[in-house]
Amino acid sequence: MDFMSNLALGFSVASTMENLAFCLIGALLGTLIGVLPGIGATATIAMLLPITFQLEPVSSLIMLAGIYYGAQYGGSTTAILINMPGESSSAVTAIDGYQMARQGRAGAALAVAAIGSFFAGTVATFLVAIFAPPLTTIALKFGSAEYFSLLVLGLIMSVALAHGSVLKALAMVVLGLLLGMVGNDVYEGTPRFTMGITAFADGLNFVALAVGVFGIAEILRNLENEHDRAVVTSHVGRLWPSRTDFRAMIAPILRGTGLGAVLGILPGGGAILASFASYTVEKRLSKNPKEFGHGAIAGVAGPESANNAGAQTSFIPLLTLGIPANPVMALMIGAMIIQGIVPGPNVAIEQPGLFWGVIASMWIGNLMLVILNLPLIGLWVKLLTVPYFILFPIIMAMCAIGVYSVNSNIYDLYAVAFFGLLGYVMGKLRFEPAPLLLGFVLGPLLEEHLRRAMILSRGDPMTFVTRPISLTLLVLACIVLVLVLVPAVRRNRAEVFTESEV
Amino acid sequence: MPTDPKIPAPPAADQTPPPPRSDKTDIVAGLLLMLTAGLFGWQTTGLNIGTTLRMGPGYFPAILSGLLFLLGLVIFVKSFRSTTEEPIGRIAWRGMLLILPAPVFFGLTVRGLGFVPSIFLATLIASMASMRMKPLMALVLSVIVTIFSALVFSYALGLPFRRFGPWLPF
Repeated sequence: MDFMSNLALGFSVASTMENLAFCLIGALLGTLIGVLPGIGATATIAMLLPITFQLEPVSSLIMLAGIYYGAQYGGSTTAILINMPGESSSAVTAIDGYQMARQGRAGAALAVAAIGSFFAGTVATFLVAIFAPPLTTIALKFGSAEYFSLLVLGLIMSVALAHGSVLKALAMVVLGLLLGMVGNDVYEGTPRFTMGITAFADGLNFVALAVGVFGIAEILRNLENEHDRAVVTSHVGRLWPSRTDFRAMIAPILRGTGLGAVLGILPGGGAILASFASYTVEKRLSKNPKEFGHGAIAGVAGPESANNAGAQTSFIPLLTLGIPANPVMALMIGAMIIQGIVPGPNVAIEQPGLFWGVIASMWIGNLMLVILNLPLIGLWVKLLTVPYFILFPIIMAMCAIGVYSVNSNIYDLYAVAFFGLLGYVMGKLRFEPAPLLLGFVLGPLLEEHLRRAMILSRGDPMTFVTRPISLTLLVLACIVLVLVLVPAVRRNRAEVFTESEV
Repeated sequence: MPTDPKIPAPPAADQTPPPPRSDKTDIVAGLLLMLTAGLFGWQTTGLNIGTTLRMGPGYFPAILSGLLFLLGLVIFVKSFRSTTEEPIGRIAWRGMLLILPAPVFFGLTVRGLGFVPSIFLATLIASMASMRMKPLMALVLSVIVTIFSALVFSYALGLPFRRFGPWLPF
């Protein structure tokens, strides 16, 4: 099968009435929740995840992809309108987007973000379609040692891309790995860390963990300080960018797309890096860099395209290797496992309809966002005026129902409360939750591949450094770790992350 | 990740760094990590460690617990020579007291009371977490949430929830 027929298969799966409808519902719901301030894409997906479990695997993944794009788009909307980025990847958008909004050009900023995202999404979808199959072939050659090293690299990358202290991020990865060990041991069936509760024999429910650490903790954080939100820009202005705007945005969109597509493939959260990198590049290349920070259109177009391209290409490691590049992809993996699909290179071979259907639906989801959201901006703006004390009880109820509906297990609800508290305390002590979630999802895989690799090598740990691919991956991981610990790089990294907080 | 505006920027390179002092947040963070590592380590003692060739269920957790303890120790030690002083800030006591019990209450009663009364009460509890919420408003909101979720989850999505449970007389 060649590239075109693969894509045709994908579109035939994704464009059935049913799947189109799920994609649409997903995109709408994703935007709806994503627009609520303070709730980022990860929390949105964690909350909406349970409603997709009742569907067929393909439809469920298509709907999730819709939710993902919707949530991302919602995040940029709040970033532009009230300077409140839901996600660190849209933090960059807030810098110039909010300034544009204050100058009465909110409509143009939103349109630029939407158009840039759509263009980047289209290009990146093709890239995924082109590069996923050859990578799958490589991935099929991976043995346990290679997988182990790749997982280590992914975890280290997530540490490198986390905010704040590297040591604390490392500690979160390890804690996540330990939490991932809860449940019966794969090889011997011995219960581990279950505290004698049989409901935890299959491990902690990852929806409960994600909803608790991201959703509930976020509510608590918002309740600390119940001040009024920044005044919403009620005047959105005209939507369609002017001719000069168009001319100013083309080059940044192209550059952002390229940058994002490359960085997105990196395990560990490349999309976030992509939007920061794009902003820096645009500022350097601009003829009048002073414009940046005061409503430069390139400062919205570039990062938004980079962000979306990265978000798209981060599906490549997920679809080919079964390794999530960021917390959102970790949620996707969880969804796949619940649907009975083992993520990894075999998906493309055993279920081509599902594989290509999901890829095609990415593009459809992006298209729907543009068509739907530009006319609906007025509605989203209204939604922003709903006070928080009305919203959070609703969110709370949805979280509780959602988590319970996964397995009808009441212990999962207790786990939600526990992880909510854990997430809140972690936030207070300046720990990042993203590495914890990645560690939790990857923990069981990491252990399984470690144990299998050791059995295959007859107990010789040198297997990880004598196999070339594995060695390369481990060396990369070491380089990344050393780099983030070197003081000079650390300072730069701090600067990059504080730029978002201006 | 939502960017927390309360976290101040680290000192820029050209400024003279403030004299090192102890960072209370990191002291607590380090101690908590060591405690957690200790708990996991203690739970690991009952598990079979195995050999490098055939790792038992306890092998990997034992390594991880050790690693976590070390990281906690380093964070603890380093906290006494910190250059950043960041206050912990306000703590959402009221939020914790009312938000966290809501899912627990839902879990305790969903089988007995049934889905409809249980979600109503859970929402009511949660909604009291805000100082701005008036009792009447909370009641109205909880009724709306209950009707909405019963329609969507129970009737439309057909989730197998018992709407009214055996604890109720009807």
